[in-house]
Amino acid sequence: MKNRTFFWFILPSLVTMILFIALPIGSVFIQSLHIEHDAVFKEVKNCGPFGCKLEIQVDVEASAQLKEDRPLGKFNGFGTYNNRNHLAASELAQAWADSPNWKIFLSKTYNLPFYRALAFTLTYTFVVTPMVLLLGFCIALGVNSLPKQFKGPTIFVSLLPMIVTPLIGSLILFWMIDAEGILGSTLQWLFEDPNLSLKASPKLTWIMLIIYGIWHSAPFAFIVFYAGLQTVPTDTIEAAMIDGASRWERTRYVVLPHLVPLIVFISLIQLMDNFRVFEPIVGFSAQASATSLSWIIFNDLAGGEGTFFGSAGATSVLTILGVALLLIPVLLRTWRDFKGKVV
Amino acid sequence: MFLNKITIAGAFMVLGSTAMAGCGISSGNVKILSNDFPAIQSVTAGASACAGDGVTVEANLTKDHKDIMVAALTANPAQYTSVIASNSTLVTLMNDGLVRPLDALVAKHGAGLNPSQMITVDGKIMAVAFGANAQHLFSRSDILKKAGVTSIPSTYEDVLVAAKAIKSAGLMDYPVALNTKAGWNLGEEFVNMYMGTGADFFKPGTAQVAVNNDHGVATLNMLKSLVAYSNPDYLTYDSNATQAEWEAGNLALATMWGTRGGAVLDDEGSTKAVSSNTVLTGAPTWGNNARPASTLWWDGISISANISDADAEATFVAMMNGISSDVIKANNSDTVWLGAGYTPSAASAGVSATAADGAAPYPMLPFMGALHGALGAEISDFLQGNESAEQALADVEAAYTAAATEKGFLK
Repeated sequence: MKNRTFFWFILPSLVTMILFIALPIGSVFIQSLHIEHDAVFKEVKNCGPFGCKLEIQVDVEASAQLKEDRPLGKFNGFGTYNNRNHLAASELAQAWADSPNWKIFLSKTYNLPFYRALAFTLTYTFVVTPMVLLLGFCIALGVNSLPKQFKGPTIFVSLLPMIVTPLIGSLILFWMIDAEGILGSTLQWLFEDPNLSLKASPKLTWIMLIIYGIWHSAPFAFIVFYAGLQTVPTDTIEAAMIDGASRWERTRYVVLPHLVPLIVFISLIQLMDNFRVFEPIVGFSAQASATSLSWIIFNDLAGGEGTFFGSAGATSVLTILGVALLLIPVLLRTWRDFKGKVV
Repeated sequence: MFLNKITIAGAFMVLGSTAMAGCGISSGNVKILSNDFPAIQSVTAGASACAGDGVTVEANLTKDHKDIMVAALTANPAQYTSVIASNSTLVTLMNDGLVRPLDALVAKHGAGLNPSQMITVDGKIMAVAFGANAQHLFSRSDILKKAGVTSIPSTYEDVLVAAKAIKSAGLMDYPVALNTKAGWNLGEEFVNMYMGTGADFFKPGTAQVAVNNDHGVATLNMLKSLVAYSNPDYLTYDSNATQAEWEAGNLALATMWGTRGGAVLDDEGSTKAVSSNTVLTGAPTWGNNARPASTLWWDGISISANISDADAEATFVAMMNGISSDVIKANNSDTVWLGAGYTPSAASAGVSATAADGAAPYPMLPFMGALHGALGAEISDFLQGNESAEQALADVEAAYTAAATEKGFLK
């Protein structure tokens, strides 16, 4: 393709990408460098149904002009990135100095909200992604060897977890695993422990969220692998059978190599998706035991009184960096394959 | 509850189409943003009665009103002409100058209001309160009696004794509940309990936090002793969950919002044994302090700054209709109404007692929201036994300081 033709060909998607991806990210980044202007306080008398009290209020007029002139707020550089609620460099240095050994240092690090969220986010990503690949592949193999008349209904039922909206799915499960729900009370009966509660202990909460993640994402891997299985060349399989390869050997040496591009594809999508884990934390009300980077952003924007745009922006930029870091190995591999094909 | 909503939705549809403007306004747009509970449903239904020729009344009742109100009112013209605010949300709105003083409107249209309904800040009326709310004690008299507890606990120490008696009598494993869902609810429980010590949250006159002290440690320890008698899932319990547990008969002592009183005492959603034995009393005190461990909240009407004066006037008149004595009389048990026409009822006994015992209002400080958020996020570690009370409070202060710096409250 000529450069000129290529340019016109790519232009529409380029414009859309700049408008809807690059500009918003740029604006989030700029916002993350700012904090709100210094508030001017005044002491006023507040009266209401429960009496009067002298209290501090923000003097809106005093800073109105400043807000008008610089609506973004006060420039803070990377101050927000480095404060206690994000990367917390000085707190980390302090923890390092105070800690006689690694274990104490790690527990002090885990006490900081950003690293606590990162710990769960990474654990979730690195457990759920391979499990989804494995489970999806197994389901695909299983469904593929079913008699034809059972395939349609089985595929439909297998896809259900993915069809349910994540928030709704996790809310439904939240009530099912309640001590009085069907899953919760069954577990209590199985383990003969009337005090067993999946919501109470941080460890069980993590396990529950991870199982939910696998349950929810496995159908995606399944359907992609299942589509891939339809393209495995039958002559190669038959040749392998004639050579006396067992079913396991055929899967290992014929089917799997054929599906490698799909494995890369699913890993890519799953790494991105799982790094953004969010809905199950809200659905399971799990924030006391598990938080994620996306949940922190949500909490800054909608958690309580007032919004923290700078904080949310900083966490967003850090999340984007995290996703980029995670994807580098997979992208490198794709790039090598691509180069290999060209040469 | 559900039927209520249907009635209101129906009322909107009917009133939107027929002309029955009986409130003395002939034109204007009224758009209300608010939380969603029975008292507010009654108020907005009352305001909707003003809809008719040239007057439109719309209401958006949502639990998430806090998240959208600032953006919606910053727009010019504002997307809502009125926000039904409370102690904390009014401060958030005033921090950005989004609500207007109501003195002129009150002078013109507020003849029937009680002086105590006026929320004045620096001499200007910024909101008109119509209802009061507070968390207070709900007790099951039958269970207490069976456990050999003769009187309704009036201190949290008594609550612990009673809970122990109930547990050791084998009546219930988890007799106690508070709204302890991590986040805003848990933060509110700390605020309530700390209020009972009489100590300040901040160094007077500054935005410097001051909760990492003996009072803070004692507060955390009291909360921990209470949740020891709560269901292990307590960190997921919000007010809907505690109400459901109460109505299911699983609780004997709970600190819940006064606005839940009507729903708990009515004959819906529970058995006669539960509702007829439920007693509502004031919030307990603790640690030999006189002040109840609770905060008083009001719900009131505020009018947006970024709207035309005509719309502001129409909104104010419609809202006055929403809190008129007729509405109050027709919905007496919804809340503790502050306006004329209210007759105290069993459902409101707890809130009234809490106020009469001298509970303090929730602080109307610009930076209270940032502290509330930090509390809700950081103290669950202590309750779960992962860290010491001092460490939890140090975390709270550090999280608050970072947040308040970002908000421009601290340098």
